[in-house]
Amino acid sequence: MGALDLKRITKSFGATEVIKGIDLEVREGEFCVFVGPSGCGKSTLLRIIAGLEDATAGDILLDGKRVNDVAPARRELAMVFQSYALYPHLNVRDNMGLALKQAGKPRAEIAASTDRAAGMLSLQALMERRPAELSGGQRQRVAIGRAIVRRPKLFLFDEPLSNLDAALRVATRIEIARLHRELGATMIYVTHDQVEAMTLADRIVVLRAGEVEQVGSPMELYNNPANTFVAGFIGSPQMNFLDAAALGFAPGKVGIRPEHLQLSRRAGEIAGSVSHIEKLGGETLVYLRSDAHGLITVRLFGEHDFAVSEAAFLTPDQNRLFHFDTQGSRRMP
Amino acid sequence: MSARLSPGRAIAAHAALLTYTAIALFPVFVIVINSFKSRRAIFADPLALPLPGNFDLVGYQTVMTRGDFFLYFQNSMIVTVASLFCVLLFGAMAAFALSEYRFRGNMLLGLYLALGIMIPIRLGTVAILEMMVASGLVNTLTALVLVYTAQGLPLAIFILAEFMRSVSDDLKNAGRIDGLSEYAIFFTLVLPLVRPAMATVAVFTMIPIWNDLWFPLILAPAEEVKTITLGSQVFIGQFVTDWNAVLAALSLAIVPVLVMYLIFSRQLIRGITAGAVK
Repeated sequence: MGALDLKRITKSFGATEVIKGIDLEVREGEFCVFVGPSGCGKSTLLRIIAGLEDATAGDILLDGKRVNDVAPARRELAMVFQSYALYPHLNVRDNMGLALKQAGKPRAEIAASTDRAAGMLSLQALMERRPAELSGGQRQRVAIGRAIVRRPKLFLFDEPLSNLDAALRVATRIEIARLHRELGATMIYVTHDQVEAMTLADRIVVLRAGEVEQVGSPMELYNNPANTFVAGFIGSPQMNFLDAAALGFAPGKVGIRPEHLQLSRRAGEIAGSVSHIEKLGGETLVYLRSDAHGLITVRLFGEHDFAVSEAAFLTPDQNRLFHFDTQGSRRMP
Repeated sequence: MSARLSPGRAIAAHAALLTYTAIALFPVFVIVINSFKSRRAIFADPLALPLPGNFDLVGYQTVMTRGDFFLYFQNSMIVTVASLFCVLLFGAMAAFALSEYRFRGNMLLGLYLALGIMIPIRLGTVAILEMMVASGLVNTLTALVLVYTAQGLPLAIFILAEFMRSVSDDLKNAGRIDGLSEYAIFFTLVLPLVRPAMATVAVFTMIPIWNDLWFPLILAPAEEVKTITLGSQVFIGQFVTDWNAVLAALSLAIVPVLVMYLIFSRQLIRGITAGAVK
């Protein structure tokens, strides 16, 4: 239950086309993350799946049935919003139970479902409170609880962690991953944060300007990006793009991740001078300025000392180079 | 307070505001004190306070005995409350449609509905009277309610549409996914969140209706449908005016509108809205 199939979905607002023909299959029980910069159409795509926006063209199939004309409430899905969107006039219990009440379920069943969801998210102590009396993290847990109560075929998350602070974000991320394991439900998650995408997803869909750039598991995208956009978007710190001609390859770009560069004071392939250092304890980031390639980030493990404007040399790991042509597409060996 | 004023500036600001308050309240003050005085005392010294020497309730006695004053009061209340209800309900519904749904001609319709703010409804008095005569509504409270609803709607739609645009889309969408109808979303989610704006619109709409003399005089001058402003006119004659009664009637007329204002201004306090989103 919960397989989703998108066929040639397009969406235009007036003359501007924001979704340009997307084909995508989400398998049952899969955790699928849509990731991309703001304005890439990922939230619009999610809202089309939810039924909150109509697709201009194309078909949306849920479990093989076309649902283009089915109202959002009848698609058997639940959505968690960035702004929580709790009903201000209802307490936590009624917030969570509203969908079942609207569906005309008996009172005992509603109580059982809300209690079960509250148990999963440790919300029991908060059931009688209004949203105004909850902290940001608690509100987001209630919003997630409201989604669980319905036992939907499909969970939709629209940047659910963006309004939380860093520590809470990590905790809630782990909680969402645990829920996915426990419920085994299909989940679609929209984010602009590649760390969330990498840590949560079974499969990542990278979107740019209304088109799918690449679909794959986190490690496929990390180890095998199709173009400079995906290569630059996945992985942190960002991949370095070096001038291919300066390294003796065909014109274009050569990508190398900061963790696959060796830094030496004495000799190496690329000469440059240190422009900045960031010491994070477990790792040290060295920013090197080179005449041929611009600023290059190097990631070293452990603590290292370099002085600003000290001369240094880089040697890339030859097995970890990605070759891109002048258009930015990957050049397959 | 974020910016502390220096004592000199604070005194100056308070002096200016108090002066303005005194000027604004002075006519009301004069009306109320003189309503408790004898006719001779009103003319001898209009600014004197009602003291044992000149205290007289003759104005109130006249008001209570002559003319059907409670009926006038009741008529004014019915017209004001019914018009207010219609303006708020239909205004909010139109504002919701304009702010929530994308449809062809949305902008034009919004502009058309707002046009009424700029054109005084009294310019159409003759046409309105002809319509009321044709539909047999002359000398009914219904006529007044209809006219005042039309008069109040443009501003109500204009203000409420702006406020409704600020209500979180996520909240409405959460309602749609949970299976709430558009009506339920409007009444249970959106209306409570724009309550402060509703109260503002209510105050702006209510006062001109309560005070209006024009339409009651033209559309409903019959004894049994007179409003309080029109009813008070019986004490103003061409040659003799019963000032005691006029002042007493006006003093009484302030009370209901003051009570309604206090009720609405309490609504301006946001409470329930906090914590809906973010």
